[in-house]
Amino acid sequence: MSEYASHDKSGVSVGLVEKKHLTFATEPPGLVLESGASLSPVTIAYETLGRLNPERSNAVLILHALSGDSHVAGYYSTDDAKPGWWDNMVGPGKGIDTDKYFVICSNILGSCMGSTGPSSVNPGTGSPYGLDFPVVTIADMVRAQKALIDHLGIPKLLAVVGGSIGGMQVLEWCISYPEMVAAAIPLATTTRHSALAIAFNEVARQSIMADPNWRNGMYYDGRKPDLGLAVARMIGHITYLSDEAMRLKFGRRLQDRDAFSFNFNVDFQVENYLRYQGTKFVERFDANSFLYITKAADYFDLEERNGCCSAVDAFARTRAKFLVVSFTSDWLYPTYQSRAMVKAMKKNNLDVSFCEIEADWGHDAFLLPSERLTSLIRGFLERVASEAGVKSHAL
Amino acid sequence: MRFDLQIIASWITAGARVLDLGCGNGDLLDYLRQHKKVSGTGIERQEARVAEAIARGLSVLQGDISVEVLDYQDNSFDYVILSQTLQQVYAPAELIRAMLRIGRKVIVSFPNFGHWLIRMQILTTGHTPITRELPYQWHDTPNIRILSIKDFERFADEIGFAIIKQVAINTHHHEERGNIIRFLPNLRATYGIILIGKGDKA
Repeated sequence: MSEYASHDKSGVSVGLVEKKHLTFATEPPGLVLESGASLSPVTIAYETLGRLNPERSNAVLILHALSGDSHVAGYYSTDDAKPGWWDNMVGPGKGIDTDKYFVICSNILGSCMGSTGPSSVNPGTGSPYGLDFPVVTIADMVRAQKALIDHLGIPKLLAVVGGSIGGMQVLEWCISYPEMVAAAIPLATTTRHSALAIAFNEVARQSIMADPNWRNGMYYDGRKPDLGLAVARMIGHITYLSDEAMRLKFGRRLQDRDAFSFNFNVDFQVENYLRYQGTKFVERFDANSFLYITKAADYFDLEERNGCCSAVDAFARTRAKFLVVSFTSDWLYPTYQSRAMVKAMKKNNLDVSFCEIEADWGHDAFLLPSERLTSLIRGFLERVASEAGVKSHAL
Repeated sequence: MRFDLQIIASWITAGARVLDLGCGNGDLLDYLRQHKKVSGTGIERQEARVAEAIARGLSVLQGDISVEVLDYQDNSFDYVILSQTLQQVYAPAELIRAMLRIGRKVIVSFPNFGHWLIRMQILTTGHTPITRELPYQWHDTPNIRILSIKDFERFADEIGFAIIKQVAINTHHHEERGNIIRFLPNLRATYGIILIGKGDKA
């Protein structure tokens, strides 16, 4: 998710932030997971921005997608090359205004950015978990976040916000802890992973597992399955863009040459882009975490879970106000999936707003600077804050 | 705010649940929220208008009104409003029936094709009339239907819903001032605004 992060053109930033860790579930039975397995202890990396008001009513939880982390905005040090992954949206006066709201972003369970995941040390063996790490679900990620919110002493979140897999967590929050969510903003997401989305994830996973360095996930003491993970990331990047985005961004333009090479080196710019993204990704991400998180996304199906059989039933208990946003060129989670979720919310008499933003940039559009998305989120948050009677120190 | 919207707003009781179909950038809903403390929802097709309405703090859905009304439970709203859009609806009887199902009362407004200027234009020029209220050529108009206030009264009778109240006005629809027409409204008014209840046959 950090591919798009760049210094804010206006120079506005929340400034320096610090990554913190919470360790919990240290005593048996630990954190009991949806699969029935349990995990102990559990560490969650998180960052907070802005200030919690005395009523503890201005907290906004941001949930990241597949490859994101807790570093949502700001800088760790003054010489950082890049700010956090959603710096264009989160900061003083921005769409999610850190002068008004207390913003929390935590790294998901199963990731490799400071939270417990397959690359963490298994206390039972003293070595990294590898495939001994239990399969986690979106609901498990949310359960771990709930422990963090309890630890921070926040009785009710003003809003939960996230795109893609982060959007799945948004929906899961509203269903698992309906009394703790006043408002929710699911962006470019779905209530159930489609066969198309599962198919892309499976090809990506096969690419990792076919790498001889993967060695059934126990590669932490040697060479890593970099090639497999790079190809997995290349597949991911294709799904995050769109036909239109690729045509505009690359077309058939050649990379550093005037004619075809007539061999299998890089000819086209799009090849160069994918190879570059793949290579860069392996420097910061763990291949096993990629397997676990994509599996969690594939398992996600609000309609067949929670003892219910439809999206309408799934939203029966939530009272949150919703802002649902989709993007015209998103072929990973197309607009019809957002419309289905909106329909289920309407049938439950929920307060829901919905906008389909015209965008060429495919699924990744939710991460890119957009005046439209910023004004939607700003206006929606201001309304729900006012309706919830939130006083922030800046108001 | 437009004069026709002022009249519609005056009919809405305080604290009511309101659904505005084709709400545009949310002028009416914003007014009703501020002055009548209503709980309002809007449906609008154009992304830019939807975005403007949500950004000003309204609850608005992007979609086709004829489809979106189908999802709501019976009597979800006290008022369902269709302002100056009826003439663009593909299946008006089905839409009004759906509005009466999800709302206790329905408010409909439309440009009156019975206005004398329109009658005169057809008679004297032989061309399809173009007026301030219906400013399009036959080939580029979004208005796929034309109706007069009298047409609507007959339609109400045929479909079987009750006209509770109606006001005919004379104004340009962007103007904030106008007149209520009581004498010969079908000949002299540019717009009809009608409050409908479920009626015996509906």
